[in-house]
Amino acid sequence: MSWQLTQRSIDHVVLERGEVAHSWKTERWRSLRLLTPSWQSRLPGYGYEGADPDGFRTMPETIAFLETYAKVISAPVREHTTVSSVRRTDDGYEVTTDQGTWQCRTVVIATGACNIPMVPALAAALPSEIRTMTALEYKGPEQVEPGGVLVVGASATGTQIAEELQRAGHPVTISVGEHVRVPRTYRGRDIQWWMDKCGVLDDRYDEVDDLVRARHVPSLQLAGSTDRRDVDLNHLSGLGVRHIGRLANVTDGKAQFSGSLRNLCELADLKMNRLLERIDVWAAEQELDGDVEPHHRFDATRLEDSPPLELKLKSGEIRTILWATGYRPDYSWLEMPVLDRKGRLRHEGGVVESPGMYLLGIPFLRRRKSSLIDGAADDTKVLCEHLVRTLDGKAEVHA
Amino acid sequence: MPETKSVDNGVNVEAILEARKALTAQPEGAKFVWRAQCEWVRGTHSRSSVEKFYGLGDEQKHRTRYTFDSDHPEIFASEDNGATPVELLMAGLAGCITAGIATVAQNRNIQLHSVKATLEGPMDLQGILGIDTDVRNGFDNIKVTYEIKADATLDEIKAIVAQSQKRSAVYDAVTNPTNVTVEVRKV
Repeated sequence: MSWQLTQRSIDHVVLERGEVAHSWKTERWRSLRLLTPSWQSRLPGYGYEGADPDGFRTMPETIAFLETYAKVISAPVREHTTVSSVRRTDDGYEVTTDQGTWQCRTVVIATGACNIPMVPALAAALPSEIRTMTALEYKGPEQVEPGGVLVVGASATGTQIAEELQRAGHPVTISVGEHVRVPRTYRGRDIQWWMDKCGVLDDRYDEVDDLVRARHVPSLQLAGSTDRRDVDLNHLSGLGVRHIGRLANVTDGKAQFSGSLRNLCELADLKMNRLLERIDVWAAEQELDGDVEPHHRFDATRLEDSPPLELKLKSGEIRTILWATGYRPDYSWLEMPVLDRKGRLRHEGGVVESPGMYLLGIPFLRRRKSSLIDGAADDTKVLCEHLVRTLDGKAEVHA
Repeated sequence: MPETKSVDNGVNVEAILEARKALTAQPEGAKFVWRAQCEWVRGTHSRSSVEKFYGLGDEQKHRTRYTFDSDHPEIFASEDNGATPVELLMAGLAGCITAGIATVAQNRNIQLHSVKATLEGPMDLQGILGIDTDVRNGFDNIKVTYEIKADATLDEIKAIVAQSQKRSAVYDAVTNPTNVTVEVRKV
């Protein structure tokens, strides 16, 4: 957004509570790599020029990438500036920080969707023997006491951490709710290449069937790695990870799990096959069939005949529970009536109800790729154009 | 893809989508309370009935009162005046998922011609008879087999059935724990 504003000669500042790439520096585990290949992080005026465009950036590489970009575009970043409140004024906004107060006509909220780890309320009923940790606190397996681990959540975070802990010698059980299964590689190309090329990532927010649902689809079961391996449930069970249903209740020192695991895996397998079908149809239309490997389908998710419905939490079998149950944004500093009853910011494709206020970087803000680094270019362009019209007093409700 | 108008599974999807929209705006109206009554007849025979329920912010009523006899079979030295309660539970599960199948299919413009479910629920009676405390009272598992004739591919049909389970109240009630409170009054 800073690049877009600079292009249009609009005076602005970028407030950062820590340093550039703060959450990448402080809120990620060490082994994490981006889930998208390096070629795909196409920021406005800046892309990948290295030798391995199909590789996946490590955390230090991601941090360096963002730091370099901030320098290249001369973003006017004020680091170590924490916003404590944003209020509406007669002609704009008052932004209070620990480094002074700003008056401005427009505000762009780019604080992300992953500020506060969501921990289910039933955690309060866990016996004291169980250690718990959120994915935000997790940095590496050495933090986890020897013994069994229950990873709750089987999206990108849960499956990756389950894999890492199992490989580090912990017997891991993964509690599986609704999830999105995709292969890392299909027909010889990265799944992100396919989704980018065939238009899946460009699906628009005002054209999907159910936008609320689309915005809450769990992250894809993907990992960035040098061997491009899948991290789906079949891969995990191959390593010895045990699958169990959605955590449903904790009572009398026991954790109870839903009996719906089979259906959730069936839903995920069918959904994956619909994506592969869309890819196959597109590949045939583009006459790519000679250039890429033949189409095929992956094995259905394998489950044991009767997955357990209960785990005893005082037997020592489980020592640690790791919550990979998703995140929510923190809008506690937003002192304005712009949240709905579920605490979600009311907006139309990033144009917040309050004139001159914009939102960026949440899932399916405007397109399926909105939560990716690669989604920023399109979203910021449209929203910056709207912002300019707001400054000119000509803005309409929709971007 | 068949024409929208030619698909008729007898489900008024427009009305359901309207209700969904209305209840999104008025979440209080979505709070329902289901009620049933049960009276002991004799032996293991009892008769349950349903008629009134609460929803859309008001008392509601079925078109008529429905009754269900439950009893145990003769091999348990009972008179077999009705279904066993666990069979009624299976009927509830199948009824719920099947209603969902018709609705989801209608919403996806898929014509159904026949939908048949067969349910099996193995159960070790050592549990309810207190012979072995390691054996639970309830079903070991429940297996539902659907045979469906519809104008759709196998994967489309599977997706309808999977989506129906995902949205089914009874499926949720059976697969997840529910707090049950039983109060007793002497009359």
